[in-house]
Formats: sequence, C-alpha cells, structure tokens
Amino acid sequence: MSGSDQGKVTDVLDAQDRARFEQLVLPHLDAAFNLARWLLKSRADSEDVAQEAMLRAYRFFRGFHGGDARAWLLQIVRNTCYTWLEKNRPVELMTEFDEELHPQPSASPEALAIAGNNRERLTRALETLPPRFREVLVLRELEGCSYKEIASITAIPIGTVMSALARARQRLQRALTHASPQEAAREL
Amino acid sequence: MSCDYTRTVLYGYLDGELDATRSAEFEHHLEGCRECATALGSEESLRSSLQRSGLYESAPVSLRKKIRVGLDSATASPTIIRIPAWRWLAVAATILVVASVSWFAWERRTIDSGSTAPFTAAEMIDAHVRSLQPGHLTDVASTDQHTVKPWFDGKLAFVPPVKDFSDEGFPLIGARLDVLGGQNVAALVYTRRKHIINVFVMPTKEPDTPIHEPGLRQGYQWRHWRRQGMEYCAVSDASDSDIYELAQLIYQ
Repeated sequence: MSGSDQGKVTDVLDAQDRARFEQLVLPHLDAAFNLARWLLKSRADSEDVAQEAMLRAYRFFRGFHGGDARAWLLQIVRNTCYTWLEKNRPVELMTEFDEELHPQPSASPEALAIAGNNRERLTRALETLPPRFREVLVLRELEGCSYKEIASITAIPIGTVMSALARARQRLQRALTHASPQEAAREL
Repeated sequence: MSCDYTRTVLYGYLDGELDATRSAEFEHHLEGCRECATALGSEESLRSSLQRSGLYESAPVSLRKKIRVGLDSATASPTIIRIPAWRWLAVAATILVVASVSWFAWERRTIDSGSTAPFTAAEMIDAHVRSLQPGHLTDVASTDQHTVKPWFDGKLAFVPPVKDFSDEGFPLIGARLDVLGGQNVAALVYTRRKHIINVFVMPTKEPDTPIHEPGLRQGYQWRHWRRQGMEYCAVSDASDSDIYELAQLIYQ
C-alpha cells in the first residue's frame, strides 16, 4: 500500500500505470510498427518485434519521466529491431543487402498500375539502403520527426543528423534511378 | 554538387531546421544558384513521392489485440498485489475463533449500545470473515472510485457513496455485493497498511447519528453510524483508531 512497491523498473505495474501508459505511449503504436516494418522489411516480423518492444516499454515505463513519449518509445523499438537483426540477419547490418521482393499482383487499370509500380519501386529502393540510412529517412519523411527527435531515437549526435539524411537521400535517388533497368529486365 | 550551400545548408532548409536568418540567406542564394535550385527541386520531388505513395504502414488490428493481452498479463490486478499471504493466517485464526465460540446461541442483538441496526454483530463479523476468504473480497477490483460507483448500478436499489482515500492512507481497492440481515448491501473495501477494512453500506430511514463507540467481537472491531439516509458499518482487524479515522473521512 505504501510507496515501497514504486520505483523499480522490473516491478509489477498497477492499474494506474496501465492507464497512464495507454494514454501516453499506446497511441504511438502505429509509429512503432511503421519504424519496425521499415527496419525489418517484413510485416510479420515487425508485428512480433513491435509487440515485444511495446511490452518492453511497458516494463520500463516507470523509468519514463515525462517528455516526448513517441521518441522514447521509438528508441526502444529501434533497439529491439537491431537486437533482432543482429540475431536473425547479421549480414544486413554489415553490408547492403538487396533482397528480392515479390511485386503485389495488380489487376487494376493502367493508372493504378503506374501508381502501384511507383510505390513498389520506391519501396524497393528504400529497402536497398542500409538500415542506418533507411531509418533516418523513415523517421524524417514518414514519421515527420525533427532532427532533435531523430538524434534522440537513433543515438546519433544532432550535428550529424543532417549529414546522415543528406547521404541517405543521395543513396535513395541513386537506388531509384539504378533500379529502373533492373526492374525493366525483371519484368521482361 | 560543387556549391557549398548544396552540401551544407540545403537539407536543413528542406527540413525546416534553419533559423530565420540562415533560411533567408539561403533563399537569397537560391535566386542566383542554378545548381542549388535544381538540387532542391529534386529533393522536394523525392520527398513528395515518399510522402504520397502510402509507404506509412499502420499497425494491424491483430497486433493491437496481442498488445492488450500482453499488457493485461503484465498488470497486476489490485487484489493480487494488495492481498498478501499473511491474510491466510488471519483467516485461519478467525476460523478457529469462530469455531470455538460457535456453540454459543447467538441472539439477535443490537450492534452497539443505544443504537439498533438491521443486522447483528455476528452477521456482520461473518460477512467480514467470509470476505477475507480467497476470491471473496471484491467483485469489482479497482482503485478508481469512478469505476467502483457505476459498478453498483442496477445491482442495488440505492447508490452507495464511494470515495477513495488513498491520499489519507486508506486506498479503496474495490467493492462487492453482500447480504446482511437478509438485505442486499454494498461492501466497500479499503486497506490500511496490511489490514482490510470492509465498509458495509445500506439505506435507512432512521435519522443521522454520530459515529458510535467501537464494538468488539472475536478480535474484530467496528464503528457504526448513520448519515444522510445511509447506514454504515466499518469493520476490520485494524486498530480502532484506524477504523475511526476512516469512519470520519467517510462521514464528512
């Protein structure tokens, strides 16, 4: 009843913690899943890893003392993703890995096919980037994070966020333009 | 890319991370630098395709469900953490006491001098002891008075006043329905340190009374009073001063 059960991160959480967690952290589940999906390049794996990260965040929730709950959660998601990658796909963290993707079957009219092709190409190009470039782009362009938020999520100094983004963007442009002939060849 | 601006400032400008002065400087530079204008144009076009291609992937419903289940199992229900093993001893001791005195013929009697209640002290103590048995303490386990109070809706013909006194050292941990003297009553469950305090509440037509002197039986103590059409009885193995303190809080 007293405060003796408070304060340690490994303690069992109570109904009040749960309510606070649902209010502050759970609304960022989409952000968590999206980051995991782009780091792991697989929806199924991301579902497992995002779940693990969310529950880990909950266990550590008493260590969260206010501030940016999204950045705090995404930091945990990112760490969980890298741990998963180290264990399951260590090669990916060392080299650029060009994973072959299966295009979604498209039975739609021409206009949709063009848009779909565009998305497919972008996805493929993004996925050819090394995870550390991919994550800054995803955080900036899809999640709308500021440099400061990106710095706190990815643990890179704020001064290098801009250059990391610049390199990531150049690589993406290259990947997009280089993807075209390969893609054309694959479609033949 | 040979222009210095392209290498340093362009991305900060693109991302809206430059301060007003540097931003204005860069815009001025853009007017005269074809290279930067072109680079900016392609970065903007890349950004717009990234943002417009529906690349953002929201969490599937199945994930939300799994997380809720996971959170449930990582959250202690108040009854589990708050009712420690010592209570088993208390229950065993109580059963012994009850057994040893049960051969007495219990007559229906008032529960405190000068005041009658629609139930006997024995019934009340029985209800209290019964509540201490595993799984009997609360029907709704919640520390939130706004959860506990509506829970009674439709279960009783009256609305018991429900207040949490965590700040005063008497956290509300839940409530249940009980029967006293053949009547359905609300039982609010508070704790004081490690002691459980049951507060039985039922409607009455009798006038208000002050908080009566403590009653004592079988090692349990209680305080009884009436206020604003409700009859209250707070019973516990806690000290009388604790019970009286809670009674005063409720009385206010």
